[in-house]
Amino acid sequence: MNKSNTYIFIYSTVLVVVVAALLALAATVLKPFQQKNLETAKKLEILHAVDKGWDAGSADNKNLYVDAQYNQYITRAFVFDPAGDTLPGRLAFEIDVSLEMKKDSTDRVYPVFLCTRDDGALNYIFPVQGKGLWGPIWGYIALGEDLNTITGAFFDHQGETPGLGAEINTRWFQKQFVNKKLFDEAVSFISVKVLKNNEPKLPDHSVDAISGGTITSKGVESTIAVSMKNYLPFIKKNKL
Amino acid sequence: MSLLFSSRNLKLLTNPLNLENPITVQVLGICSALAVTVKMKPAFVMALSVTIVTAFSNLIISALRKSIPARIRIIVQLVVVAALVIMVDQLLKAFVYDVSKQLSVFVGLIITNCILMGRLEAFAMANKPWDSFVDGIGNGMGYGAILIIVSFLRELLGSGTVWGYPVMEKLGAFSVGYVNNGAMIMPPMALILIGVIIWIQRSRNKNLIESK
Repeated sequence: MNKSNTYIFIYSTVLVVVVAALLALAATVLKPFQQKNLETAKKLEILHAVDKGWDAGSADNKNLYVDAQYNQYITRAFVFDPAGDTLPGRLAFEIDVSLEMKKDSTDRVYPVFLCTRDDGALNYIFPVQGKGLWGPIWGYIALGEDLNTITGAFFDHQGETPGLGAEINTRWFQKQFVNKKLFDEAVSFISVKVLKNNEPKLPDHSVDAISGGTITSKGVESTIAVSMKNYLPFIKKNKL
Repeated sequence: MSLLFSSRNLKLLTNPLNLENPITVQVLGICSALAVTVKMKPAFVMALSVTIVTAFSNLIISALRKSIPARIRIIVQLVVVAALVIMVDQLLKAFVYDVSKQLSVFVGLIITNCILMGRLEAFAMANKPWDSFVDGIGNGMGYGAILIIVSFLRELLGSGTVWGYPVMEKLGAFSVGYVNNGAMIMPPMALILIGVIIWIQRSRNKNLIESK
């Protein structure tokens, strides 16, 4: 039916205001739940780097379970600057690494999480951030007390190809990184290469790439190399 | 009850499951049907979300249909649909975070799902609220039924699981040399599966076959 312009203006204004109010209300009410989910997801990723929390999905209350596991294993966390000096008074958990990576390399701060394993060993968990074929990939690398040997790794991605690049978030891929080393005997930084079958292997510094997921595999390689390079001053100051 | 579900209303509910199926007969909403059917759980949540959004947008638009100015009706429909979709998305993020992560952008893309706009324009603008609500439920279920069938086959053959339960492993299929079919995980296989479903459906329902 045809209505006057005044009617149309009033109608659309009222409609939009009502809808906006409803959505604003919903967003405000649901915000605490959503925030808690994000927090739990991040804690879970950190725990996965030290091979913990895989059974969280079957816990009665996932949030509570993850909180308990996180508090049990992640015993300390702190923030350090690009020169490798720790910054007291900053909360490591609050640092958004993807935002830090957008800043100039001198303005950034980096978080590190300290995990006490079941056998009492101390692990350093560093976030890594990079890109795959279709979008960002990220993860956490756990290093042993020598800040050289990798004791665990976790990766996830936003939209890599299912069955190919997306395999980087599976445990078989991540487990390959255990016992690999970042530095060679001369203490120069090698990182860990992700190599295809026809490339010569480096026993301490390479893992197998994913068939059909070459660009994502290489993305993981450069994600580790680029991110860990940022942490070299910190690593140098805290070991040897 | 008999008033609420007259024979016409029952038809509104059951026709979209078969003769007027939005995916296999009207070929609408294909994009999300390809994208979210790798695993059953996200497919089910997607089907549920679409059903809720279709039903309630049909209900709201039908209730407002006499007051909506014809010249801005599409925009009004979009605003209602968008509001409902954002609401569903927010609820999923708050209460089933893992599933919402798997569905990612496809919940938001319900807004552009042709089934919704199709039902609003073709049905809700000309029918009573309750009939429109039932029509929305029926079309959501017709969409959902195809999603469940496709995701069941893709998850079983592609990942060897059903609703996350490792069926193939429990049957001992892997120990006798069975391997998961990686192609099933890729979107093209969903299209082929839907094609097969359309083929089966048409060969069983002669009145779906177009005359030459």
